[in-house]
Amino acid sequence: MTAPIAEADGVDALLRIRDLNVGFSGRNGTLPAVRGLDLHVSRGEVLGVVGESGSGKSLGMLASLGLQARNALVSGSVRFKGQELIGRPRRELRALRGAQISMIFQDPLSSLNPVMTVGDQIREALYLHNRQMTKQKATQRVLDLLRLVAIPQPQGRINQYPHEFSGGMRQRVMIAMAVANDPELLVADEPTTALDVTVQAQIMLMLRDLKDKLGLALVLITHDLGVVAGHADRVAVIYAGRVVEEAAVRELFADPRHPYTRGLIASIPKLTMSEDKLYSIPGAPPMLGALPGGCAFHPRCAYAQDVCRKVEPPTHRVGTHKSACHFAASLPAWNGGLGAAAPENGAND
Amino acid sequence: MPNDRSRRGGNRGTLGKAMLNYILRRGIAMPFILLGIVTMAFLLTTVTKGDPLTAVVSEQQMNNPEIVAAARQRWGLDRPLPERYLIYVGNLLRGDMGTSFVTRRPVSTDLVARLPATFELVLAAMIIGSVVGILFGLLAAYYRDTAIDQVARLFSLFGSSVPIFWMGLALLFVFSVYFQVLPGLGRIDPRMSPPPVITGFMTIDTLLAGDMTAFRDALAHLVLPSFVLGWTVAGTISRLVRANMLEVMEREFILTARAKGAGEIRVVLRHAFRNILVPVLTVISYSFAYLITGAVLTESVFAWPGVGSYAVTAARSLDFPAIIGVTIVGGVMFLITNLLTDIAYVLANPRVRLN
Repeated sequence: MTAPIAEADGVDALLRIRDLNVGFSGRNGTLPAVRGLDLHVSRGEVLGVVGESGSGKSLGMLASLGLQARNALVSGSVRFKGQELIGRPRRELRALRGAQISMIFQDPLSSLNPVMTVGDQIREALYLHNRQMTKQKATQRVLDLLRLVAIPQPQGRINQYPHEFSGGMRQRVMIAMAVANDPELLVADEPTTALDVTVQAQIMLMLRDLKDKLGLALVLITHDLGVVAGHADRVAVIYAGRVVEEAAVRELFADPRHPYTRGLIASIPKLTMSEDKLYSIPGAPPMLGALPGGCAFHPRCAYAQDVCRKVEPPTHRVGTHKSACHFAASLPAWNGGLGAAAPENGAND
Repeated sequence: MPNDRSRRGGNRGTLGKAMLNYILRRGIAMPFILLGIVTMAFLLTTVTKGDPLTAVVSEQQMNNPEIVAAARQRWGLDRPLPERYLIYVGNLLRGDMGTSFVTRRPVSTDLVARLPATFELVLAAMIIGSVVGILFGLLAAYYRDTAIDQVARLFSLFGSSVPIFWMGLALLFVFSVYFQVLPGLGRIDPRMSPPPVITGFMTIDTLLAGDMTAFRDALAHLVLPSFVLGWTVAGTISRLVRANMLEVMEREFILTARAKGAGEIRVVLRHAFRNILVPVLTVISYSFAYLITGAVLTESVFAWPGVGSYAVTAARSLDFPAIIGVTIVGGVMFLITNLLTDIAYVLANPRVRLN
């Protein structure tokens, strides 16, 4: 049966985000982009954060580290190893970023500075958190890091510029830079989206491998459920700035307890399906300033009732799931996403 | 595998070689471009309607055909154009730029006497303009749409839109006449004995002569004109820096730098500003070359004995040798700064290839 979420949930976690709100002040008041985000990730764990673009998944993580745009308003609580990050002085956040918490981004070409050598960029990451390090020692460490991410002939590569690297190599450089200071948490924001399919797999395997080697916790932000299914331990599904469902990866795919999750899983193309049967969730995600009342997903939901239009659903615990749906416990049995995601013909709403 | 990508940063030795090669090729091309400039300048003087003899012969004597004919012969103006051209180029190769109709001195002597004054002024103006322009541009971009941005933009708009002669006169009135904190015209107080000419830079020569009073005076004379000239440059540079910085600061590698733990000053200078060096260098070097012959108004207002005021006198009196001489100096300045800028591009941006 459903039960409200315990306050104590994830208290021992490495990173614990509670009720995080990020908004942008506009002409007609504040536009909420992240609305009461709750997340946590433990040591050695891979948390998949899934959502469409604009759902607030990246913004939530950036704001947690103080990397939001200047006009963004942030409130809530983000605790890293028990210490509150929201409202922390910028200097202290800087000392944390790149040292204990690192990030890598979607497009490795635009994420690397085009006029600095790859070696200098990694060396800078070291220098920023250890000013005493000698140049030789730093160079040695850079070479070790390049070897760690399997860049061949690192001595020849260290003085090259990003444009002299291939896409996959650039992302490996980003990874080398991110793990340079032995962080405890690595946030990977769509790390494979801009890469070729074959390279995607290499990068994901490398991240997994590093996670085990270095004992990292990994937050994997993606819109690709396939990546999550293959690599995450636990998954949080985000819609319109809040977590709508959270569960261990197997359970999420075995028995999704939120209609949006069901829609997402049903939209994964399968080899056995012909193209005209491809499912997509009807409608489009809400605009920032035009959130529907009640449950933000109700205009696109095949199960929506009156209560969904009026009352924003609280997060319920259903078995090992957390789900923000009024009918989390009473959704019909899941048929694995074969055919339609919804009882009635969801595809032509 | 011989990889085309690894040719640049991977091996700095080949870069040096490529650079040397490039400079040599440009060096070979330069005399031909220069010849083109000389030819153009020479031909342009012949299409003017005025008679250069008016500069040589007084008005009364113009009615005396004998004197006119003698003057024509004396200055070689009776010969056909192609011959005059060949003689000029031949002389030029020996370093002879002809004799000025007005000063009756060799043009090269005049230019050598006046160039250092202009260089000193323009150099000081460019230093002020670049430093202030870049600083204001960076501040305006970083504090976009705040009061700091508005002030910086107003300052640069003022600098690039208020006419130099007006600003020069206004500042002269305020600082030199009203408050009397800065000296007025010229390069040094006429009551002082100028130092022996070594570099031609009044500030440096006074220092070399060990005359600190004269040095302070020369420096004080430099303040107003270089500030007026520098302000116009600062306006252009700060607007360019602001626009380019706004674009670069939105790029993703800025986020990467912040995520690494870099502070804001490092993010702005090391990561963002380095990426806009190419357009900034372009505008600085172009301004410099332009001001060598383009500081006319400033030189006139402040009675600065430089190339600009020489050019104006020459143009007014149809002093052909002087006009062509100044044109060549301007052309050479552009050629040299262009070459230096191209070299600077390569150092500033690893993706630029020399071809």
